[in-house]
Amino acid sequence: MIRFLLRRSLTMAVTLLIISALVFFIIKLPPGDFLTNQIAELRAQGEAASVAKAEFLIKQYGLDRPVWEQYLVWIGVMPGSGGFSGLLQGDWGWSFEFDKPVKDVVGDALWLTLLVNLAVVIFIHVVSIPIAIYSATRQYSIGDYIATLIGYIGLATPSFLLALILLYYVNRWFGVSIGGLYDPQYAGEPWTWAKVKSLLSHLVVPTLVIGLGGTAAMIRRMRANLLDELGKQYYVTAKAKGLPPRTALLKYPFRMSLNPFIADIGNLLPHLISGSVLVSLVLSLPTVGPILLSALKSQDQFLAGFILMFVALLTVIGMLVSDLLLALLDPRIRLGGGR
Amino acid sequence: MNEAAPLNRHYVNPAPFDAGATEPVGAENEQFYRASSWRLMWWKFRRHKVAVAAAYILLVFYLIVPFVEVIAPYNQTKRNGDFLYAPPQGVHLFHEGRFVGPFVYPYQFTFNLETFQRDYTVDRSTPQPIRFFCRGDAYEFWGLWTMDVHLVCPPREGTLFLLGTDRLGRDLFSRIIYGARISLTIGIVGIAVSFTLGLFFGGLAGYLGGWVDHVIQRVIEILRSLPELPLWLALSAALPPNWSPILVFFGITIILGLLDWPGLARAVRSKLLSLREEDFVKAAELMGASKQRIIARHLIPNFMSHLIASATLSIPSMILGETALSFLGLGLRPPVTSWGVLLNEAQNLAAVQLHPWLLFPIVPVVIIVLAFNFMGDGLRDAADPYH
Repeated sequence: MIRFLLRRSLTMAVTLLIISALVFFIIKLPPGDFLTNQIAELRAQGEAASVAKAEFLIKQYGLDRPVWEQYLVWIGVMPGSGGFSGLLQGDWGWSFEFDKPVKDVVGDALWLTLLVNLAVVIFIHVVSIPIAIYSATRQYSIGDYIATLIGYIGLATPSFLLALILLYYVNRWFGVSIGGLYDPQYAGEPWTWAKVKSLLSHLVVPTLVIGLGGTAAMIRRMRANLLDELGKQYYVTAKAKGLPPRTALLKYPFRMSLNPFIADIGNLLPHLISGSVLVSLVLSLPTVGPILLSALKSQDQFLAGFILMFVALLTVIGMLVSDLLLALLDPRIRLGGGR
Repeated sequence: MNEAAPLNRHYVNPAPFDAGATEPVGAENEQFYRASSWRLMWWKFRRHKVAVAAAYILLVFYLIVPFVEVIAPYNQTKRNGDFLYAPPQGVHLFHEGRFVGPFVYPYQFTFNLETFQRDYTVDRSTPQPIRFFCRGDAYEFWGLWTMDVHLVCPPREGTLFLLGTDRLGRDLFSRIIYGARISLTIGIVGIAVSFTLGLFFGGLAGYLGGWVDHVIQRVIEILRSLPELPLWLALSAALPPNWSPILVFFGITIILGLLDWPGLARAVRSKLLSLREEDFVKAAELMGASKQRIIARHLIPNFMSHLIASATLSIPSMILGETALSFLGLGLRPPVTSWGVLLNEAQNLAAVQLHPWLLFPIVPVVIIVLAFNFMGDGLRDAADPYH
């Protein structure tokens, strides 16, 4: 187990390293950067003091060096010139657009992103497992058809469009805005019980919207898996021997059908995160999504780079968790890959 | 040895065996056994009613693509300054109990100074019949001829806004039809890019094996573990802003294809690996077939059907990807009209609340995505006709 964890952590580190290089060079692709654009603008306006500040920032973050050196400085392998130590040392850099350290810009958004995605994963599992069991055990019943239909619609409606439609109807019928993650009066307030309650009530719609596509896919897959297992002889034997149907179902075929389900968390997570970025924009949730978009548009490289790395880290950890769960669930799977 | 006894116990009919006696060779069975695998797939696909219906819907949509200028009542850039944010005009058939044929009622707007909105009032006294095959806005047909014939035109001295107008008074229905051209082709072009890459890398991995396989597998894993949207965002933010719209179109398509191929490559690889062990490949090898012949004549036809099915299933994600990017303002840019570009205008709450018809481009998106999903399901079932 420990050997497996070590090996997986190593591959994770390598993956993240490659991703970081990819991310950095993609961000660097467009010509120019935030500061040079800003300096040109400030020069045109003749603001000498601000120009000096921008030039100081360029020196500080080594933006006048070759690109590969900038990359090494950013990830924290090479020492930067003016006290910038890089991601690995926990220094996430400076956001030029907001004129604040990246840490202060993202701040709460990181936790809220994590929270939204966690809520969605839980939602998907809590909702799709019972529906899938119902559909599979009562195949071709009306309930099964309804579940299948909802599943198809869930697959076909992109989450951000669904968010738009909900935005319209909730506003029209209930007259409340569903944007944001808590009521406006709590913005910038310390965390109190009232704020947490407000947060939880605002979490419902985003979770539903982001989770619908994933739920639909899960129901479909789980239903198919369970149907395969229900036709097998061990289940027929168990029932013939007089095991109560509920026990027989939950103890054997259900466990078997969970395998591909858990294995899929790894694939599900990248999609969820993509979805949550989009939906956050539409519903103006204070997650990293809107910050990422504005950072990418204004070439705020450290901010955009950090958010992309954070999202990648989330995905990679999710995959590790799904591998571990799979091993817990299915004793036939051996960790450590001893060949 | 006694000759009579065993003969009595094991009766053997001396008459020649006729296979047709046990399984009657009707015209139908004969046809079935002689049918090629593509024909079998077609038969199997035809039985999947929903998939066939979806295929017809897609056919209709794609038939619109070459003729958008003729079908749309207005040009996509035509501004009707007197009708900004006009609501959809209903098409009627009966005026005061009398059949007139398809017509619309004209409307007038007054600017409401209290709510600062345009109030449109419908004048129900004068029906204006819609004209068909008539002259309207001039356009360049396929860039070759200047024409002005339209399938449907607004009434003389009237307007025909089936789905309302946007902030510049452009007819939304016409713009959705024009948008179909871009939104529908981007899926096809994108899948072509992804298909080529997937076939190439998957083929290399499955055929060469060894370290090539290993490297390609790792690359696939890394690409698959990336959340695609943030990466799409980053890549399309990297497209130079001074590119012409048509270059941006190809840039976006290539970006969508670049991140989509790993799934296909993985399918190609696993299919190649499993097919390589099949008896018919061994037989071909024993008969001295060259590697190229085995790949081209035996392996590729065998998994092509699967590939086409999975490619069909990934077209919707391309279309949705383009819609999402354009919706966020990082995809195609305004002179080009796509469904995502149209939805970009419906991004804020005010638009959604006051002018809900701006949300209409969602409908064709959902229809197309559903249709591709259903057709892909049917194709996937049909791809293996021997089961």
